Amino acid sequence: MSERTVVVASSHGLHARPAALFTQTAAQAGTAVTLRKGDRSVDASSILGVISLGIDHGDEVVLAAEGEGADEALDALEKLLLEDHDA
Amino acid sequence: MTTHSGIGVGRGLAVGPVLRMADPLPEPPTTPSTLGPDAEKERVTHALAAVADDIRSRARQAGGEAGDVLEAQALMVDDPTLRTDIDTRIDTGATAERAVFDGFAVFIDMLAGLGEYMAGRVSDLRDLSQRSIARLLGVPVPSVPQSDTPYVLVARDLAPADSALIDVSRVLAFVTEQGSQVTHTAILAKQRGIPAIVGMPSAADIPDGATVIVDAAAGTVEVDPTADAVAAAERRIAERAARAHVSGPGALADGTAVPLLANLGSAEGVEAAVEAGAEGVGLFRTEFLFLDAETAPTVDEQRAAYAAVLAGFPGKKVVVRALDAGADKPLKFLNADEEENPALGLRGIRNLRAKEEVLRDQLTALAQAAGETEAEAWVMAPMVATVDETRYFTALAKELGLPMAGVMVEVPAAALLADRILAETDFASIGTNDLTQYTMAADRMLGSVAALQDPWHPAVLRLVGDVGAAGATHGKPVGVCGEAASDPKLAVVLVGLGVTSLSMSAPAIADVRDELAQWTLDGARAAARAALDAEDAAAARAAVEALTPA
Repeated sequence: MSERTVVVASSHGLHARPAALFTQTAAQAGTAVTLRKGDRSVDASSILGVISLGIDHGDEVVLAAEGEGADEALDALEKLLLEDHDA
Repeated sequence: MTTHSGIGVGRGLAVGPVLRMADPLPEPPTTPSTLGPDAEKERVTHALAAVADDIRSRARQAGGEAGDVLEAQALMVDDPTLRTDIDTRIDTGATAERAVFDGFAVFIDMLAGLGEYMAGRVSDLRDLSQRSIARLLGVPVPSVPQSDTPYVLVARDLAPADSALIDVSRVLAFVTEQGSQVTHTAILAKQRGIPAIVGMPSAADIPDGATVIVDAAAGTVEVDPTADAVAAAERRIAERAARAHVSGPGALADGTAVPLLANLGSAEGVEAAVEAGAEGVGLFRTEFLFLDAETAPTVDEQRAAYAAVLAGFPGKKVVVRALDAGADKPLKFLNADEEENPALGLRGIRNLRAKEEVLRDQLTALAQAAGETEAEAWVMAPMVATVDETRYFTALAKELGLPMAGVMVEVPAAALLADRILAETDFASIGTNDLTQYTMAADRMLGSVAALQDPWHPAVLRLVGDVGAAGATHGKPVGVCGEAASDPKLAVVLVGLGVTSLSMSAPAIADVRDELAQWTLDGARAAARAALDAEDAAAARAAVEALTPA
């Protein structure tokens, strides 16, 4: 199991557009990725799940994946979370 | 040609083609599936795929940012978590329709719980849910009418979420089956000066595309009118438009001056108010500056915002209402606690007194803005209930450099003790919406008691009369700044009850000016007496109608 703790950089958090980009990337990962904020964990490829976490700029989230390709998938997703899509 | 009758809002007139807003689909029944889980899941797969395809093709057409938004909606329809939830419901015996309805509802509730900024996503999901269910049922998708040419919008009722999706500038008139003078459609219509007929069940029978004449003054909708009727209506529309530009101060037929003022929520309304001939501002709501704010805006920020409004009215009065926050419109830095009963809670002056530094900053900023402009800045406290609150606010405003300080009369207690309250302050302004809510014990936001929310009720009018009499005794102005002032006939009654100025949304000024000019002060007093003698709001209306000068 690989995990990454990331502080979200996008200035409008992970709503709508950045969430769409994030979940599409997760869906292409080839392995199941979860996104956790606080004590709620959702499927990272579910846009409704991701939006429902209400992630704001500066929130700390945890990405987790298992199996082959897990690290590559987490790299790509971590990179997205560290970019400011609204800048 | 057929004529339907309902409750007219405003006095406007419109002619145009009907566009119907489809009713929302009925909630799918919870009866168990007879097809079995596999067949139901298959149906869901086809329906969701078709909805997502449709949205994607619209996304490609739209392109750009609008395309991205639609693309995100398509992803929501394809969402794996949503699908798992739907399948689980089908496995326990639900039909595809019910499972889709409940599956979307889970996320709608979850996002709605995240607060106001998710409102857009919530309405997206409602729309997607309706689209998916419509596809399963094989019926057309209920959608908001879109048109590049002006039209008459006919609907069961309009919710704020619906009207947010409509380009109101294309709407000639609203016609709804449900609603009353005080529900959302009527308030929107009054604010925008658009004629409306509400509470007309037979609106259900008006066909899409039919030409109609909507006459708000008569409360009628004529379907398929004759060419002569259309020509006559168009002449009246032109006459009304010409009269709207006739400005001049408000006055009765005998010359008694009744200043007509505008209600404003921000500097954006200044131009429209000046154009409508407003003789000043009777209610400037200051909440706009504070909403969404994590902390109170600084004195400088407030000063600039107030000066922008004051600058529009040189030599005229602008009555500014101190921040009216309460648990129904909470502000992060003012309202800490959830209240069971926000309308009866720590709101208005009660709240400002508990957080005096916020009030002091606001009054300081207003005094500075007044010093920079030629307007006469008056200030008033919201939700005053006691003589002690009156004394407190008036003294504080004067201490901070505002010579004209008054109170709003919205609580029956303040109206009942108006003689003692007006002894302690410079003026009173009656907020009829809240005064009606508190007098009738009928929640302003609740449709089921909307019939009680009527400022024509003699109980409400008697309280207004008490305040008017107290104003006359003390020689102090008494204004009205609620929706009541924008109803032309009721405006006459208010003047007859001793009200000295009327403040309303700018589009209502022309009709009120017209109506006042038909009445003498004696006539207005007779109308007031007739309304007070009635036993309910409808009887009061009828009594005044009967006295109207020919």
